[in-house]
Amino acid sequence: MISEQLVDLSRLQFAATALYHFLFVPLTLGMVWLLVIMESVYVMTGNVVWKDMTRFWGKLFGINFALGVTTGITLEFQFGTNWAYYSHYVGDIFGAPLAIEGLMAFFLESTMIGLFFFGWDRLSKPKHLLVTILMALGTNLSALWILIANGWMQNPMGAEFSFDTMRMEMTDFWAVLFNPDAQAKFVHTVSAGYVTGAMFVLSISSYYLLRGRDVEFAKRSFRVAAAFGLASVLSVIVLGDESGYTVGEAQQTKMAAIEAMWETEPAPASFNLVAGINEQAQKNDWSIEIPYVMGLIGTRSVTKTIPGIAEIKAKNRERIESGIHAVTALEALRKDRNDAAARALFEAHKADLGFGLLLRKYVTDVRQATPEIIQRAVDDTVPRVTPMFWSFRIMVGLGFLMLALFGTAFWCTLKLECGKRPWLLKWALVMLPAPWIACELGWFVAEYGRQPWTIYGVLPTHLSVSTLSVTSLYGSLAGFVGFYTLLLIVEMYLMVKFAKMGPGSLGTGRYTNEAHHGATAAA
Amino acid sequence: MLDYPTLKIIWWLLVGVLLVGFAIMDGHDMGVGTLLPFVGKGDTERRVVINTVGPHWDGNQVWFITGGGAIFAAWPLVYATAFSGFYWAMLAVLWALFFRPVGFDYRSKIHNATWRATWDWGLFVGGFIPPVIFGVAFGNLLQGVPFQFDEYLISTYTGSFWALLNPYALLAGVVSSAMITLQGATYLAHRTEGAIQARTIRAGTIAGIVMVVAFIAAGFWLQSIPGYRISSVVDPAALPNPMSKTVVREAGAWMANYGRQPLLWLLPALGVVGALAAVVLMRARRTLSAFVASSLAIVGVIGTAGASMFPFVMPSSTQLAASLTVWDSVSSHLTLAIMFYATLIFMPIIILYTGWAYRVMRGKVTEQQIRDNEHVAY
Ligand code: HDD
Ligand code: HEM
Ligand code: HEM
Repeated sequence: MISEQLVDLSRLQFAATALYHFLFVPLTLGMVWLLVIMESVYVMTGNVVWKDMTRFWGKLFGINFALGVTTGITLEFQFGTNWAYYSHYVGDIFGAPLAIEGLMAFFLESTMIGLFFFGWDRLSKPKHLLVTILMALGTNLSALWILIANGWMQNPMGAEFSFDTMRMEMTDFWAVLFNPDAQAKFVHTVSAGYVTGAMFVLSISSYYLLRGRDVEFAKRSFRVAAAFGLASVLSVIVLGDESGYTVGEAQQTKMAAIEAMWETEPAPASFNLVAGINEQAQKNDWSIEIPYVMGLIGTRSVTKTIPGIAEIKAKNRERIESGIHAVTALEALRKDRNDAAARALFEAHKADLGFGLLLRKYVTDVRQATPEIIQRAVDDTVPRVTPMFWSFRIMVGLGFLMLALFGTAFWCTLKLECGKRPWLLKWALVMLPAPWIACELGWFVAEYGRQPWTIYGVLPTHLSVSTLSVTSLYGSLAGFVGFYTLLLIVEMYLMVKFAKMGPGSLGTGRYTNEAHHGATAAA
Repeated sequence: MLDYPTLKIIWWLLVGVLLVGFAIMDGHDMGVGTLLPFVGKGDTERRVVINTVGPHWDGNQVWFITGGGAIFAAWPLVYATAFSGFYWAMLAVLWALFFRPVGFDYRSKIHNATWRATWDWGLFVGGFIPPVIFGVAFGNLLQGVPFQFDEYLISTYTGSFWALLNPYALLAGVVSSAMITLQGATYLAHRTEGAIQARTIRAGTIAGIVMVVAFIAAGFWLQSIPGYRISSVVDPAALPNPMSKTVVREAGAWMANYGRQPLLWLLPALGVVGALAAVVLMRARRTLSAFVASSLAIVGVIGTAGASMFPFVMPSSTQLAASLTVWDSVSSHLTLAIMFYATLIFMPIIILYTGWAYRVMRGKVTEQQIRDNEHVAY
């Protein structure tokens, strides 16, 4: 049997490498559109400040992009290295969007980024702008395809299990493509990226304004970031709600955990603003509630009920018991595919195969599962509530805080006085980490909340791993964390250095800090 | 929709195309990385070398990424079994590759000799290590890999990392490394002039000769390595299940395809002739033709490995029946078809805009240019 330690280490490694990747991804996703906006203004007005803005913010963008690529390569291969059974079991569906992402998105963004940096003197203004737009398109298409893949893990549709090949097989590509979870995830996640890009530019521009340097440059950057940020944060919040809605349909478990809803409540359910969660007793010791809100988010109606954890577990117990038949029949069919009785039994219980496989965490032969083991498997089907509950609330709280910031910033820029309010500039500066924290927590909610499944209801996490040694995992995990941390330090050093230097680092002779001219270089 | 057996063959060819594309495109960047510390003396010269690939290395690297994705989609069992089995080898490739994005992008951002020298060696590692490991991996595929499946088709690999480094595999690593270095040299010779170009041509000549000698030696050695043969009846249209066949291991099996189809001898011939032509053309300063010849040599070498093993992709040395083949390690009919059409649509578009990018950036990279573009160049 697969050791739990191996599974935990594999999960930890995936989480660590993915979370590192997502330190860089959202900034790329957002900054690239800000570059498009700035360069468009340059092409339309011919005002060279806008070209300098594109090039300076582009320089910071490039420093970030390099690590986005570095950390992305790992992920592309990690399904094979560490999740071999997963790759076999669902590769027929999951591999396709990943490959299409390469063909459609990565080639485009990576080819265009070269021309973006090196092509300033070799391309006409409109052609260079076209390059920038294609680069933006590439990054966003990449998000689309990877989130189609990820959405399918949350809500597997358009696929069916085949006992001949012992894996899931695609039956309907369009269903995979137009999976509502994937669509909602895409919109929410890229908007989160746009917020990140906007916050980055807003904060650093505020820094220049606070120091009173490069004011014309900084003011324009601040204005663009404020407007773009406000639109994006509205989109994140409105479409975060959309995310909540689809979670409600496909993954009620996640929803119940996010809301610490132990028992099913009469419709429309109230929203626990904060609560004292008692995981042991499976109840909340106290809570502050807002009536109706949960029911509205979760079901878009006032009459449908949302199932609580107790009800979900009761239903899952039935599915696990039914799954035992599915697994038993499958094993018989693998020995003799013409066994008619086994086939009939399998067809009857096929939908619960994944639930039967949950037992393989504890017993090799699922028929020998005792009531205690079944109970443990049932308990596994709901993730721990406390981390889900609080991560979600911090993400949402930061969302509203950023809404307030971007709203104020936008209002001030309308009145053309963004430089005159030091409290606003300082506020923008301290909020710099907020979108990253929200993004990382968002992924935690989405991915930890899917446990114990890699493919919800289909493939349990503990079965998905590669059969590697625990020693190997310790080695590779240490290697990744060490390597990435080193690279992150180098990146942060350069980022801070160039942000502090400001547009003077372009060496155009138009900005502060040109003393550094010649002391620094490169795109 | 094309029928299943045809799509299985098409995907074998397409994976080959992706591997060749990777070796030609990312390969010349890696070759340049390998040559960097040896042909660039002093900072400005090194920057010339780096900037010949500066605008393109990222796009080219996507051949590697897409190759991984395509194998995932078309041959999921291969993706799963090979990358988990060759775990440490794969990590070594990834970790070596980590040096490249940061090496290219960060190196010249700081004026400090130690900093720059460190990243130069990083770029060397990122260019040198992956081709060696890919060659070693192919050398091991030709000998069979110790893995088996249980009744759930969960694969277990029972070899060690060190066992991968056997003499034949190391020879294959030399072929691969020399081939990629030659590829980089022809490209670098095309984009540089003067002293750098002269040093590059000298290094490229050595690489070309080493490659030809090692490739021929590996070919002769292969005849004495037991190959694999499917001994049961093959139904190309069958649903993929690797455990449903029987396989035998016997001397000369890797030569059988050449006996059946003598035209296949053109592939190894192309490998040898292409490499020699690349050296001659490069020395005559016909650098673009040299690049084409070297690219054709890559087609020949990778084609030779594929043609010898067909229909095997990853033979198992410990549970012969588990061997992965073109017939039984593939995706479903529908997925193969979708991915085929996706590739058919996007591959020409990719080639088109990549070609445009090279056109925009064409011409020699000179020391003068680097000095003039202090703030733009890598
Ligand atoms: C929502 C967006 C998003 C998400 C969830 C992911 N990525 Fe990513 N990825 C991007 C958005 C992105 C990007 C914006 O396109 C990047 C980030 C910065 C960059 O350089 O491109 C990128 C880069 C990037 C690269 C390098 C591409 C290149 O060379 O241009 C690879 C191979 C991957 N990613 C692979 C993955 C895999 C296998 C993921 C899943 C586990 C994943 N990414 C999650
Ligand atoms: C880049 C953004 C992402 C982040 C930050 C992220 C985060 C995480 C985290 C925190 C875990 C650990 C969950 C746990 O074990 O408790 C995890 C697991 C996992 N994620 Fe993601 N994830 C991201 C994107 C994706 C995408 C796009 C996919 C698939 C396409 C994916 C597939 C997986 C898999 C296979 C696991 C391991 C199995 C598991 O624990 O469920 N992740 N990820
Ligand atoms: C204020 C209201 C917000 C709501 C109601 C909300 C809701 C959600 C929900 C329900 C999920 C889980 C989706 C799943 O499990 O599949 C999620 C995930 C996520 N959230 Fe939020 N969120 C909000 C704000 C934010 C903000 C401000 C950011 C970042 C700037 C953010 C970034 C993310 C990310 C990156 C994910 C993971 C990707 C995904 O699953 O879509 N969210 N959010």
